[in-house]
Amino acid sequence: MTTAPALGTPGMPGGPAVTDPTVTVTVDGHEVEVPVGATILEAAEKAGRRIPTLCHHPDLPDVGVCRICVVEVAGQRALQASCAYPITTPIEIRTYSRRVRQARQTIVDLMLAEHCGSCQTCGRNGNCELQDLAEEYGSDHFRFGHRTEPTRLFDTLGPSIRRDMNKCVHCLRCIRTCSELQGVGALGVIGRGDSTTMSPYLTLPISDVVCINCGQCINRCPTGALQEVDDTDDVWHAIEDPTKHVVIQTAPAPRAAMGEEFGLPPGTPVTWRLNSALHDIGFDKVFDTNFSADLTIIEEGTELLLRLYENLVLGDSSRPVPQFTSCSPGWVKFLEHHYPQLLPNMSSCKSPQQMFGALIKTWYAEREGIDPADVVSVSLMPCTAKKFESGRPEMTDSGHRDVDVALTTRELARMIREYGIHLPDLPERDFDDPFGTATGSGVIFGATGGVMEAALRTVVELVTGRKVEEIFDHADITPVRGFEETRYAEITLPDELGPVPAILDGKVPDWDWLKGATLKLAVVHGTANARKVLDDIVAGGRFSECHFIEFMACPGGCLGGGGQPIPTSVEIRKARAQAIYGEDAFYGETGRVRKSHENPAVLRLYEEFLTDGPCGHRSHHLLHTEYTPRGTYIATNGRGVGDGSNR
Amino acid sequence: MSVRTPMTLATIEAEQGLRAALALAPEEVVATIKESGMKGRGGAGFPTGVKWGLAAEAPAPDGVRYVVCNADEGEPGTFKDRVLLSELPDLVFEGMTIGGYAIGSAHGICYLRGEYVYLLEDLEACLARRREAGLLGRDVLGSGFDFDIEIHLGSGAYVCGEETALIESLEGRRGEPRNRPPFPVVSGFHGAPTVVNNVETFAWAAAILARGADWFAHIGTDRSTGPKLLSVSGDVERPGVYEFPLGVSIREVVEAAGGGEAKAAIVGGAAGTCVPARDFDRAISYEDVSTGGAVIVVGPWRDLLEVAENLQWFFVNESCGQCTPCRVGNIKLLEGIRRLRAGELSRRELDDLVGLGHTMQIASKCGLGQAAPNVLLSIIEHYRAEVLGHIPVGAR
Ligand SMILES: Cc1cc2nc3c(=O)[nH]c(=O)nc-3n(C[C@H](O)[C@H](O)[C@H](O)COP(=O)(O)O)c2cc1C
Ligand code: SF4
Ligand code: SF4
Ligand code: SF4
Ligand code: SF4
Ligand code: FES
Repeated sequence: MTTAPALGTPGMPGGPAVTDPTVTVTVDGHEVEVPVGATILEAAEKAGRRIPTLCHHPDLPDVGVCRICVVEVAGQRALQASCAYPITTPIEIRTYSRRVRQARQTIVDLMLAEHCGSCQTCGRNGNCELQDLAEEYGSDHFRFGHRTEPTRLFDTLGPSIRRDMNKCVHCLRCIRTCSELQGVGALGVIGRGDSTTMSPYLTLPISDVVCINCGQCINRCPTGALQEVDDTDDVWHAIEDPTKHVVIQTAPAPRAAMGEEFGLPPGTPVTWRLNSALHDIGFDKVFDTNFSADLTIIEEGTELLLRLYENLVLGDSSRPVPQFTSCSPGWVKFLEHHYPQLLPNMSSCKSPQQMFGALIKTWYAEREGIDPADVVSVSLMPCTAKKFESGRPEMTDSGHRDVDVALTTRELARMIREYGIHLPDLPERDFDDPFGTATGSGVIFGATGGVMEAALRTVVELVTGRKVEEIFDHADITPVRGFEETRYAEITLPDELGPVPAILDGKVPDWDWLKGATLKLAVVHGTANARKVLDDIVAGGRFSECHFIEFMACPGGCLGGGGQPIPTSVEIRKARAQAIYGEDAFYGETGRVRKSHENPAVLRLYEEFLTDGPCGHRSHHLLHTEYTPRGTYIATNGRGVGDGSNR
Repeated sequence: MSVRTPMTLATIEAEQGLRAALALAPEEVVATIKESGMKGRGGAGFPTGVKWGLAAEAPAPDGVRYVVCNADEGEPGTFKDRVLLSELPDLVFEGMTIGGYAIGSAHGICYLRGEYVYLLEDLEACLARRREAGLLGRDVLGSGFDFDIEIHLGSGAYVCGEETALIESLEGRRGEPRNRPPFPVVSGFHGAPTVVNNVETFAWAAAILARGADWFAHIGTDRSTGPKLLSVSGDVERPGVYEFPLGVSIREVVEAAGGGEAKAAIVGGAAGTCVPARDFDRAISYEDVSTGGAVIVVGPWRDLLEVAENLQWFFVNESCGQCTPCRVGNIKLLEGIRRLRAGELSRRELDDLVGLGHTMQIASKCGLGQAAPNVLLSIIEHYRAEVLGHIPVGAR
């Protein structure tokens, strides 16, 4: 078992420590020492001074445009934007002065003058950085007037994202998120002066450009200018309709973050309390998406083994390696737009959300004796792209729309609040049958590296016939965990492999061809990082030699998804990851199953329903899908622009 | 636009400055410019020799540095760079070449205002002639120094005259000013040390090398050395380009152009300041009334608030829209001026406008927003009674 250093990770572990040169600055009379190149904002923080910010975001490179963070630098006529001022020489800073106070107040007044929106009807009411600033600076009237009539675009055409530019404060966070963090570049600045606005290419609606619906821009928008499409009304109507059987599946990442919406610190898991809340609200059944995550692992792991066999042993080049994971719909659309030539590398497995959807309206409805037309299948997802995914025309294999409504963490939190329950006070409750028991492997899908780790737990056991715990302590495959942009790992299989297990009977003759083989694996999160890895693959670099690569569109994986509570930062995402790995470990400590292929409900499904096994005929029909090349600049669906097929 | 006074620059012999420079070590060229005391002719007035010295000393990992000539001349009321580019392009390019030698750069870029596209052909021809004559290209005049110049055409944004926006534009992005530090001399075009100078600055640099630092330093005042080209326009009989030693009084300039009865002069263009006639003894110099070259004379019959409204409208349109004080501030100033003129502004609102102007001056990201309230504020300061007269009696 060896690992190689990650691409883009500065410094190798164990290497000599580099001491950065430092510089001493004076902040409000206190001397602090900071690394050369640190910003005034960082120095002030070190000195215990809080400077207000708006365009600054810890995940993004600074642009210094809102100017709310201005401070005095001794010897300079103009104030300086502390977020964007790198310190290279000893300087003297004053974070507060008459000029600073007046400037900040005026800037807030100007933002309010430009702003058109009313807090009472805004999805960000109570969690809005503009509101906070207005409060902090004691704005008690609109000194420079304010807009009452919308003059800017309000784009409601997208499947996932609503953009109300009347509420935009021009912080450019969305643009930096989309270009620098996500490498998509769906948004840019158009116009000048007073008519400057953020816009997709050619002022097209967001649904008609290369936007992958990841929602990362929403997570970093300080105001209500960017919000998810709100589908909660559809769910209320279904719940209130006595003829409907309303079920919900909940994914692990929202459960690790939902507590934040109710004032709990990041990283407080609320999985079991959430089950009670969902029943209270009126859902008929609450299922765990981990069930279909386990299913995905079996299908995707099987596909991987078959693909390797067909490609490496039978020489079938139509089954290219590496295989890419396909559970992140933002990532899927990214590949469809930008690297359509690599679509054959994408696993044909549907995401866990969609697999579950297809099974609920077939196997489950049949078992329960309910007409699938009366089933309303809802999902709780960390992700805005799941809304787009659930509406894809490919996702109707059950004969119905497989998933009717994909809710984000934020939307469901609103529903719970609206119902009048305080989530932290609720008792714990288990998931409902017949999908009840899930495994820890499904849980870790919520973190970057989780799909890879879950798949490895299963693949290693399938081919070695040995317990994965014998190879990795507690079945924790730590080399694929972490938050580095890209992780690369190698796993060398033993020379002795087991027999082909029953579940794969007839699909491969033996494992002889894998004896002593080294599996090369990579884990990538954030589509900007995906772009680097894909370029490397196209150029025939070292990632082209991988066998299996996990890609997640969002930084941190699903736990950093675009539908998660706002705000977000590396610290918050790490705390959520702890909640997720904690839940996985809990499965181990309580003697529950941690490996997908041991999930009894999944095994029952293969016995009762998917009787020709993983990647068999029925599974192919219900659980697998196809992909569509789309345009590189504007969204085409092989069918033309603006035909609604992207919405 | 006519040239109204003899131009010293027209008397500088071709190649003289360049040959003198190549005979010196690069540091000596920088030292010569420093000794001349010349400050930038584009408006900000940074000492040119210091700028060149910083760029020469800044670490350049692959040895690449750039010399950029700012020929974006977009300040309303400024047209002296156009005259230089059409009449003395050789001298401008010679100055750039000297700059390249001084800072150790092989690449010159001339960023030409989009509206000056009609000059492009002649400028390209001039560059071609210079290459043929061995004044550009490999091994300039047999000195072993390589230098060439390319021309990049802007597309009409005033803000692209701001040096960091200019660099963004050169790199193919929206022309939006960058944060400083780092300054272009340390990290400019593609992150390389870059000197950006005005057209006129380069022309004088060539002249200084030809005639000597002393010659230049003895013209003008102690802190504002050398002659300066001024673009004089507005309510005058003889608009055009004038040369005066720095330190000249505004009165002398206005009178030379035949603006006898003037009520005020807007010195420095839209980004400048309004000087009332009673202050015409003030000097055009970096230490007193500074200008990139524009003197707009305002006749006695004009409504100054109308002038202010006109100029504010310019900034509303030319703001790049990046930062809050300038993007929103300019439109609020414009609205304020309109309401003032319509007799709808209260005294308190006027004070708010002045406060807004002060914030724009110190909190905007670049010089555009920082200078945008100047004319209005100077009018309110110098014509207080007239301005307050617009405020309805009950709202004073
Ligand atoms: C909005 C704005 C527009 C400017 N336009 C010009 C211009 O057209 N030409 C120019 O030489 N400098 C212009 N400047 C000044 C430049 O930023 C820079 O200071 C100058 O080119 C430096 O050259 P100098 O030191 O030779 O004057 C502008 C500055 C601002 C803020
Ligand atoms: S964006 Fe903020 S300030 Fe604007 S309406 Fe929404 S909550 Fe209120
Ligand atoms: S959803 Fe993602 S891809 Fe779309 S605009 Fe926002 S950040 Fe860009
Ligand atoms: S849409 Fe939101 S994130 Fe984007 S610039 Fe406007 S306020 Fe900032
Ligand atoms: S001051 Fe005006 S022109 Fe300069 S960066 Fe700000 S908005 Fe752009
Ligand atoms: S937070 Fe520094 S300029 Fe916006």
